[in-house]
Amino acid sequence: MSEKQTFSGNRGLQLEEPLIFEIGSYQNCGVDLEDVPDVASCLGDCAATGTVELPGLSEPEAMRHFVRLSQKNHAIDAGLYPLGSCTMKHNPRLNEKMARLPGFSDIHPLQPQATVQGALQLMDDLAHWLKTLTGLPAVALSPKAGAHGELCGMMAIRAAIEAKGELATRTRVLVPESAHGTNPATAALLGFKVDGIPANAEGRVDLAAFKEKLGDDVAAIMLTNPNTCGLFERDIIEIADALHEVGGYFYCDGANFNAIVGRVRPGDLGVDAMHINLHKTFSTPHGGGGPGSGPTVLSDRLAAFAPLPFVVSGEDGFALVETMDDARLGADEHPFGRMVAFHGQMGMYVRALSYMMSHGSDGLRQVAEDAVLNANYILANLRDVMTAPFDTPVDKGPQTPCMHEALFDDSFLKDTGLDTLDFAKAMIDEGYHPMTMYFPLVVHGAMLIEPTETESKASLDLFIATMRDLVKGAKEGDMARFKNAPELAPRRRLDETQAARNPILRWHEPKLEAQAAE
Amino acid sequence: MRYLPLTDNDRQTMLSQIGVGSVDDLFVDVPASAQREGTVDLPRHLGEMQVERQLSAMAAKNMTASSVPFFCGAGAYKHHVPATVDHIIQRSEFLTSYTPYQPEITQGTLQYLFEFQTQVSELTGMPVANASMYDGSTATAEAVLMAHRVTRKSRAVLSARLHPHYTAVVENLSEMGGFAVAQNPVGGAAGVQEAEDLLALIDEDTSCVVIQNPDFFGNVSDFSALAAAVQEKGCLLIAVVPEIVSLGLLKRPGDMGADIVTGEGQSIGNGLNFGGPYVGLFAAKQKHIRQMPGRLCGETVDADGQRGFVLTLSTREQHIRRDKATSNICTNSGLCSLAFTAHMTLLGGKGLRHLAQLNHARAVQLSQSLSALDGVDLLTPAFFNEFSLRLPQSAASVVEALAEKGVLGGVPVSRLSPGAGLDDVLVVAATEANTQEDIAAYAAALKEVLA
Amino acid sequence: MSKKYTKDHEWVQLDGDVATVGITDYAQSQLGDVVFVEVPEAGRQVGQGDDAAVVESVKAASEVYAPVSGEIVEGNAALEDNPAMVNEDADETGWFFKLKLSDASQLDELMDEAAYAEFVKELD
Repeated sequence: MSEKQTFSGNRGLQLEEPLIFEIGSYQNCGVDLEDVPDVASCLGDCAATGTVELPGLSEPEAMRHFVRLSQKNHAIDAGLYPLGSCTMKHNPRLNEKMARLPGFSDIHPLQPQATVQGALQLMDDLAHWLKTLTGLPAVALSPKAGAHGELCGMMAIRAAIEAKGELATRTRVLVPESAHGTNPATAALLGFKVDGIPANAEGRVDLAAFKEKLGDDVAAIMLTNPNTCGLFERDIIEIADALHEVGGYFYCDGANFNAIVGRVRPGDLGVDAMHINLHKTFSTPHGGGGPGSGPTVLSDRLAAFAPLPFVVSGEDGFALVETMDDARLGADEHPFGRMVAFHGQMGMYVRALSYMMSHGSDGLRQVAEDAVLNANYILANLRDVMTAPFDTPVDKGPQTPCMHEALFDDSFLKDTGLDTLDFAKAMIDEGYHPMTMYFPLVVHGAMLIEPTETESKASLDLFIATMRDLVKGAKEGDMARFKNAPELAPRRRLDETQAARNPILRWHEPKLEAQAAE
Repeated sequence: MRYLPLTDNDRQTMLSQIGVGSVDDLFVDVPASAQREGTVDLPRHLGEMQVERQLSAMAAKNMTASSVPFFCGAGAYKHHVPATVDHIIQRSEFLTSYTPYQPEITQGTLQYLFEFQTQVSELTGMPVANASMYDGSTATAEAVLMAHRVTRKSRAVLSARLHPHYTAVVENLSEMGGFAVAQNPVGGAAGVQEAEDLLALIDEDTSCVVIQNPDFFGNVSDFSALAAAVQEKGCLLIAVVPEIVSLGLLKRPGDMGADIVTGEGQSIGNGLNFGGPYVGLFAAKQKHIRQMPGRLCGETVDADGQRGFVLTLSTREQHIRRDKATSNICTNSGLCSLAFTAHMTLLGGKGLRHLAQLNHARAVQLSQSLSALDGVDLLTPAFFNEFSLRLPQSAASVVEALAEKGVLGGVPVSRLSPGAGLDDVLVVAATEANTQEDIAAYAAALKEVLA
Repeated sequence: MSKKYTKDHEWVQLDGDVATVGITDYAQSQLGDVVFVEVPEAGRQVGQGDDAAVVESVKAASEVYAPVSGEIVEGNAALEDNPAMVNEDADETGWFFKLKLSDASQLDELMDEAAYAEFVKELD
């Protein structure tokens, strides 16, 4: 950081901004509302005696507050965001425009179905695209995010097991060590016992170890494919067949579907259920951590258990099946229940469909191919200076292809005194958001780089050159560049220990702080 | 293709640097039987104009809330959202940012989450709030699981007046997780207290009682005595607030003794969007923070001693705890919580109170106009901006007839609870978006339909 | 008697029929800054290998298992207010809980100090 100190604390365009509570007041207001008609109150015994002590801001003050805050964020619109497993790709603004059409954004979930035929048609169209792309016959649209879709898939599996009367005996769920944390969390939430499967030296499921774990008490496997090491599970069909033979179900974590979309259909791999992160594969914005959307496709073995609600089409147009009493439910349909109020993330459905229609079947295939090409290009240009645990050693031959992510470990930092965290924080000073760190857990000091298909070659070349320079700096012992990093960001490293030991989770008026702590 | 920067020349150059002949060589690990030669059977790519034309045609088939006299509520409300809010949430730096895992370059997101938590905490009267959940229904289901963790018990008692979808979500998650749920069977919309029934349902396995205020039918009541009685029996009181604007005028659930407050924050900052995305609110007591689900943002300092914010207490979460996590939830509802915070900041406490007064006044006017009609009875003596009517005929068919006259007149209970024997009950909401003309048009149309 | 150790990095010190249990200095150094500790209530029965306490750092959470079976007689309440004690003095004041042994022979299965030192050496 430049040593120059300023009076205001601002640094050029980087403006410090207090909390709303420090600049607003109860009297300030940024909306003009009509006068309240004089009517007798009907609030009964529930009328508040006091007022809600929240400060307001006028419109110009509010605008400035939030715009200043925004300038303290890294964003995909501003630069490469190579977070492995998170898929930070370009978010087309056409999607935003479409989602804001009043015909989609200004309709109520419970207004008469005859008045929302276009919305139901959109849901039906989205379902058709998702089913066709995955080669699976059914989809539950309502899950609100990836982890929620995962829960949906596992609930459908649980319902199918229950219908067969095997709930008491099928209690074990196999989860590879490299899995996302949501997988074991979801299985445990549903009362299953989580049983780990080791990875082999290639970074894939150890087929022999998997087969040894099989038995008639296995409810399911939860497998990510392409997996979290950025590799396609080569034995996936053999895994699915062996699992099906003992009566288990194959849940595929679809977080990495963007690597194969339009090229490989999960239905052809033996998958029974898979959630799709619309905010990864289909470009709906991540929004600083949501809202996501996690539609879940289901195989014939699970389709009958899909949750409420779902869209059906008939002579009178489209209709929603919303309750168990609905006459349109077939005798062989047994929805496992309801996961959300209303019908799911309509705003995300519109954005995702807008993206799919833009790309079309040809463009989506190209999406997968370019995503994989970009990741391999990064691997090709960094494998000689960084260390890729599942690649062919550089002196032993050409690279082992990865899918949409290039995975490195920290062995290239051995003897430098630096770790993955230091390396990542130095990337911030270079203007990059760090890659995913310390995940997957099967690799020491993991660095998982996912460039996505929306980076140009020039952008990748500059990133590669920067990474090579950082590696050179690390090996030459330029400790300050790493240990002090970041120095050029809006904040330097934050004290997470203090935050966790003494949690301050809301603002308190300073003079009340002492009281609040009691 | 407009979203793909690589040219064919780029692709060739890159492939040769990687040392392969074609992109197919990068997909060698895909089993041959799953390799597809051509494209899947879906339309090919379209230009922006073509996409816009097709989707606009679909949108045009829907009757929008702003285009007609509109009175639907039941957990989703039509409020005016200031233009500033939509501009703020479309800022690239907010819209296209990820979860703030690198706090040095995501202070923007982290600071608004801290502001959001403070606002929700203040609104609900609870000491702490999390950084949001998917929506009100999932937040409520998570609250029930949290109550089980806190009390080490396994059964929840639900009010008969909990939103039927919320009930269904709680029941589904509970059943799947091996927990029990008992709902008060004594239904009905009328404003009689159900406190005695709920207390009678508590047994030694019960961890919590879930009530809603305003309830599904619109009733509002002071539940302080119920909360105390529930706690006396060693249970937590979970209060659900489906319409957060109500807290501009009503007693805060924390002040009435709630242990956990969940809510739907859609009304502040977020449009109807046909049911989502919305923003779940979740607030609790300080002593229970380590049992809370979802993300939490906390204040700390950086290496220079400057104030900054981080995600904290993340050891509760799935990416660290894995099968021992408090919840499997990974995302919050980030951008919707930003919309909430921006709108709430524009309102301030004073604006919120004014907005709430306007909502209540409109609802009172509407209830008077409609209940003056022959055969129409107001069932909810105390309410905020939503109330229930008993009609002389099926509420569902009345609503359809009204829609044909260009009035969206509310939500029939039978749509959500077909078996409840409340086919003649209609739930009606009014907000600041309704004019006197809307109210007059509704009354006139209803009179015609009932005639 | 001298301390005994488990493969889960707990130490046990017996005094009469009451065993004091903590985590080893090696364990605290692996965890990093401890930010939260949950200790068991007195009166709880725990079996050998059961979850008895929780220790959390910023990035990791671990269970502390009961190295031997018995009844909890005391949890170290001071740790809940000042979890940093685990980092500062894991071997003494940073103990987690005391329990009344139900089967003293279980102690024989545990490592002595030299064996544990050897065990840790192999991990690095």
